[in-house]
Amino acid sequence: MSTAQGKRWKALIVDDEELARHIVREMLQSHPEIEIAAECANGMEAVKAVAEHKPTLIFLDVQMPKLTGFDVLELIGTDAPVIFVTAYDEYAMRAFDVHAVDYLLKPIGRERFEAALERAKRRLGERMPAPQELAAAARPPQQFLERLVVKDGTRVTLIPVGKLDYAEAQDDYVALASQGRKHLKQQTIASLEACLNPDNFVRIHRSYIVNLERVVRIEPYAKESRIAILTDGARLPVSRAGYARLKSLLDERS
Amino acid sequence: MNLNTALKSQHRIYRVAALPIACLLAFLLHTPDGLTWLDAAILGFALASVGELISLPAWYSCRIAPVERTPVWRLLATHVTAAQILSLLWLGVGKLLARALAFVPALHGIDARFDQRAALVYGAGCVFYLLAVAFHYVSLAQDASREFETRAMETSIQARDAELKALKAQINPHFLFNSLNSISALTSIDPARARDMCVLLGDFLRLTLGLGEKTSVRFSEELDLVQKYMAIEKVRFGERLKMQETIQEDSKVCLVPPLLLQPLVENAVKHGIAGLPEGGEIRLAVQRQNGRLAILVENSWDPDAPPRRSGGLGLKNVQQRLDARYGKDANLRVNTEGALFQVSLSLPVEIEEKA
Repeated sequence: MSTAQGKRWKALIVDDEELARHIVREMLQSHPEIEIAAECANGMEAVKAVAEHKPTLIFLDVQMPKLTGFDVLELIGTDAPVIFVTAYDEYAMRAFDVHAVDYLLKPIGRERFEAALERAKRRLGERMPAPQELAAAARPPQQFLERLVVKDGTRVTLIPVGKLDYAEAQDDYVALASQGRKHLKQQTIASLEACLNPDNFVRIHRSYIVNLERVVRIEPYAKESRIAILTDGARLPVSRAGYARLKSLLDERS
Repeated sequence: MNLNTALKSQHRIYRVAALPIACLLAFLLHTPDGLTWLDAAILGFALASVGELISLPAWYSCRIAPVERTPVWRLLATHVTAAQILSLLWLGVGKLLARALAFVPALHGIDARFDQRAALVYGAGCVFYLLAVAFHYVSLAQDASREFETRAMETSIQARDAELKALKAQINPHFLFNSLNSISALTSIDPARARDMCVLLGDFLRLTLGLGEKTSVRFSEELDLVQKYMAIEKVRFGERLKMQETIQEDSKVCLVPPLLLQPLVENAVKHGIAGLPEGGEIRLAVQRQNGRLAILVENSWDPDAPPRRSGGLGLKNVQQRLDARYGKDANLRVNTEGALFQVSLSLPVEIEEKA
């Protein structure tokens, strides 16, 4: 019945378990208007497939090797509706509810699947909520980010927070300095600050967050301003308020 | 400790103490010009044998005036008064006895000689009473601390029991939901395999619940449970999950706490293999040597993997239960070397006693 022209939707199925992908595939069989563009067994493949196929609908598993579903969403920043699929994760489910993102629970039932599909179709073109916010809401309370994901083209880099030297705000981006390299990431410095453990990372300036472990010393610079020298020799400006924050943290530690 | 057994044990202690007390009294009563050695020995033994006149009431007064909850003036008043009364009573008994003995020809005049030493007997009675009080207070304090220890131990055992129950109750929902999802997929692809999987899952749940109720199980039962668990996870992960077992035959008869091994293997799957796109291998090695059971679970993992929820809860629970049961005699070590994650466990061998 269906022809290539009839398929107005391009779907991407992302799940590390073959059987789980099979169920979604099977349920999509009764929808001739939807074409399965690709299936991916992990987040890295998904990031590539999104760039390649430009899907209009994505089924995204939450727990996968290397990159979680949240990481993938953060990296692809897509306009396409995303339907999350998860077995059981109370925090993730709460985050979906709060941000009105659709999700399916394993084992996936037909009725629920159809409802989610209908909703996704209606929402085409609406932007997904900011991925960082979604991911932050899905983290259990009192838990901070353990690693950052960055994409250069189709290359994905994972930076464990312990290897982050400092972050610098650059318009809508932050530059993440780690092991002598800088990675650009589309995120505000304030939202990055909120994800990092305040015991280890300090906002020393309107535009700078520093890893406390990297600070070697602080030197006066001009009236009311100072400079922090890092282990790798980098020199970062420290504002008055930033100095107060830095000092109280260092006092706490000693 | 109830009153009756407490009294009995006091009585027994006194019977032991009576002989030295008798000797001491005889030594004190004897004087060159007063009581002869014979007089002193007879009276000393007689007085000592009724010494419980003093030591038992002392025990009662210690109970009604507990040292930590009675004001000092009342303690003093109680014990000084009791000391006076009991010593006088004791002295009275002594005097009556001396009067009676005076009728014996060989002991003629013993009553008069005893009266010369009345003050000493009275004083000894007071000292004896006070010593008894001190002794009782110490033993009461010991009883209290022993009772406190027992109660503390009971509560900690209860707490651990509760932990175990909680563990059973939460048979990892992730695992259950994912397995159900696999079964759901298999119903259309391969109905026969779907049925096998249902049976496996049913067996697994039954075994888990059954094992959890026991205090000790044979290691072979633990291995059965692990095999069921792995068979289910292999359906889910397919080629990604491999397992290699090296199990020494005579380790299978050892008795171990239930649900010891499966959480370790589940940990290896959840936090190890599940985080690897290409999957990996779990190696299980079990050895029995020099009276110890050594278990090694080794798996490849991705040190940079996104942290999973409830990380390490299973390992922590096993550790706690080992501590509760074996104390320092068992240990669990986690060793991470690059992409290799190792959990090694060593515990004393216990074997079922033949009935």
